[in-house]
Amino acid sequence: MDFNFTEEQTMLRDMLSRYLADTYDFDTRQKVVREGKGWNPAVWKAFAEELGILGASFSEAHGGLGGGAIENMVLMEEMGRAIVLEPYLSTVVIGGGALKHVGGAVADAVIPGIIAGTTRIAFAAYEPQGRFYLNDLTTTLKGGMLNGQKAVVESAAHATHLLVTARTGGAQRDAGGIALLLIPADAPGITRRDYLTVHGTSASEVYFENVAVGAEHVLRADALPLIEQIVDEATAAVCAEACGVLKVLHAQTLDYAKQRKQFGKAIGDFQVIQHRLVDMFMEVEQAVSMTMMATLKLDTPERSAAASMAKAKVGKAAKFVGQNAVQIHGGIGITQELAVGHYFKRATLIENLFGSVDFHLSRYEGIALAA
Amino acid sequence: MDLNFSAEDVAFREEVRAFIRDHYPAYLHDKIDEGEEMEKQDFLAWHKVLHAKGWIAPAWPVEYGGTGWTATQRYIWSEETARADCVRLMPFGLSMVGPVIYTFGTPEQKAKFLPRILSGEDWWCQGYSEPGSGSDLASLRTRAERFTGEDGKEYYRVNGQKTWTTMAQHADWGFFLVRTDPAAKMQEGISFLLIDMKTPGITVRPIITLGGEHEVNEVWLEDVIVPVENRVFHENKGWTCAKFLLAHERTGIAGVAASKRNVERIKQVARNTADGGDALLANPFFKRKIAELEVDLAALEYTELRTLAGESSGKGPGPESSLLKIKGTEIQQRLTELALEAAGTYGAPYFRSMGEGDNSFAVGPDSARRVAPVYFNMRKTSIYGGSNEIQRNIIAKMVLGL
Repeated sequence: MDFNFTEEQTMLRDMLSRYLADTYDFDTRQKVVREGKGWNPAVWKAFAEELGILGASFSEAHGGLGGGAIENMVLMEEMGRAIVLEPYLSTVVIGGGALKHVGGAVADAVIPGIIAGTTRIAFAAYEPQGRFYLNDLTTTLKGGMLNGQKAVVESAAHATHLLVTARTGGAQRDAGGIALLLIPADAPGITRRDYLTVHGTSASEVYFENVAVGAEHVLRADALPLIEQIVDEATAAVCAEACGVLKVLHAQTLDYAKQRKQFGKAIGDFQVIQHRLVDMFMEVEQAVSMTMMATLKLDTPERSAAASMAKAKVGKAAKFVGQNAVQIHGGIGITQELAVGHYFKRATLIENLFGSVDFHLSRYEGIALAA
Repeated sequence: MDLNFSAEDVAFREEVRAFIRDHYPAYLHDKIDEGEEMEKQDFLAWHKVLHAKGWIAPAWPVEYGGTGWTATQRYIWSEETARADCVRLMPFGLSMVGPVIYTFGTPEQKAKFLPRILSGEDWWCQGYSEPGSGSDLASLRTRAERFTGEDGKEYYRVNGQKTWTTMAQHADWGFFLVRTDPAAKMQEGISFLLIDMKTPGITVRPIITLGGEHEVNEVWLEDVIVPVENRVFHENKGWTCAKFLLAHERTGIAGVAASKRNVERIKQVARNTADGGDALLANPFFKRKIAELEVDLAALEYTELRTLAGESSGKGPGPESSLLKIKGTEIQQRLTELALEAAGTYGAPYFRSMGEGDNSFAVGPDSARRVAPVYFNMRKTSIYGGSNEIQRNIIAKMVLGL
């Protein structure tokens, strides 16, 4: 067992951390949010060309740096610290992850574009009726034609490709008969309703009407196990993002409690505030531990149980730390002025991303607690 | 970063398993299965087996009798002993005063006391709390006045009262915090004394706790004469030893491996317990409580592993160990709640510890036998070792700078 980062991983963290500290301050981020596109293409270009981080988790054969899930964890935590809007999760972790598992010609063809920053992927998996269930699909692929609707597809508006799940057979919630497709985002028959999310990224409802899909677009025909695997990987990555978000929420609240004076002294001198900040600290530390645990178990038989345990713990931590950060800030915490409220928003959205606390506890029970 | 065990670690695990299988005193399993309370000779039976093997103090430096194991090997050791339901080892010598003596003691103190802690020859108790000094430990008033004896040697005359002294009824030696300078500020006038419990003037009186056990005691000291060479570290600097000891105590207090074993036990009980025509483990509300507990236990385990990794890279146990104490004891208590809930109405019958082979009064399942006394007993965990509220004060001050 070893819980230390390698020198390369530490350098990767420091490099992104410095870049974000220099160029991605809160005011700059809010300017991008107000422009309404949900991302800044110049930042993405810098990630690819100036920093070269988009290749960190890909093999050297594909032009990457030879890393994997730990590199994604390191980068996602830093992105959480700056509440980064750009689509690393959907493009690199999810899209890139699917391609790595599928391998072959399509991986060779697409991954270099991801690393170069020119290919961006959106994950069109969840559906309006399906809540968090990846198998609950009404989108169909029949006779080479894709039809259906996908819900809240992050970054679809600026994606070059869509990673789509579709039913090729079976009933609506069957585990079998689900294919995973990678199709051009501008294929004829695809329409979108774009909107901004609460936290400032862009997302879309995506509609497919007789979209022609050839065999070359099918990454895997019987794909539910693969889809669950890439969502477990994405879950671990979003837990890492949450760790960054929660560390900043805690640090900013601690700082505020030391400065804000009421009744003639800093509110951090009151034991009730001190203990609340300690409880928040413990939640953050445990979130970090669970994120590491889940990340390190992604390639083991315990993968799904570990990812669900981690997400359940991190989801609870996100609510507790986020709500108490706002509470301790008092009135100023519920305004748009301070960064703390925006970190709270991201923490809140992460609670339900890839499944709520209850969803993941139930999933864990199904795996590990049969009577 | 890597969770895998190396080939050496796997071999070590096999060695540990084989050793426990071949050498653990079998009669102790029977006592546990029958819900018997453990007694002094039971704890010592396992202690002596480990001492003979050289495995009694894995956490100690090798020069004082430690095993030289890596953090991973120590993790494996605690996992395997918990998995095999081995009785716990009394912490007062091995985890508390032992590390204080090898860290702060004189060569003579090390030579005299450490081998007897390792062998189990001396049974130790801890003289910290007083009736007026619980959470506010530094307010302690037990007085030690220094004087020159008729033999020309230096002594302390100790007067006062200690309480909550665990297993003092069996103790050969006690380590005591005493006030040597009443004029100094609270923490600064305290010294750390090793006292022979057979010294005249010491009276030990039992306190019976909610589960009916005699675990803790009051210890009265009246003109107890202690040679100055039994003081560890400088006069009036005993608080340094006290804090060091408490930080050491807190890490072991998390009890991850034992809690993992207890979750398995409760799951097994819940599988075999009927609940409205199905197994209790199929009850969605009970099952959810188990799931949440397992999640929190995993969070504790990986937090402890991160802490241990930090320690093996040179940092001693720091204020982070307070987190382990808080979360570890919360989980231990939740486990006792679930066990009591699983027992249902058979949590109610009260059994005094029964003599060997005598189970004529047994009613209900064996698994329910001691769940209520254990539930009541384990309320102590969030109070002892510095209450969980005091642990929060420690984190607030030492980690958060509040």
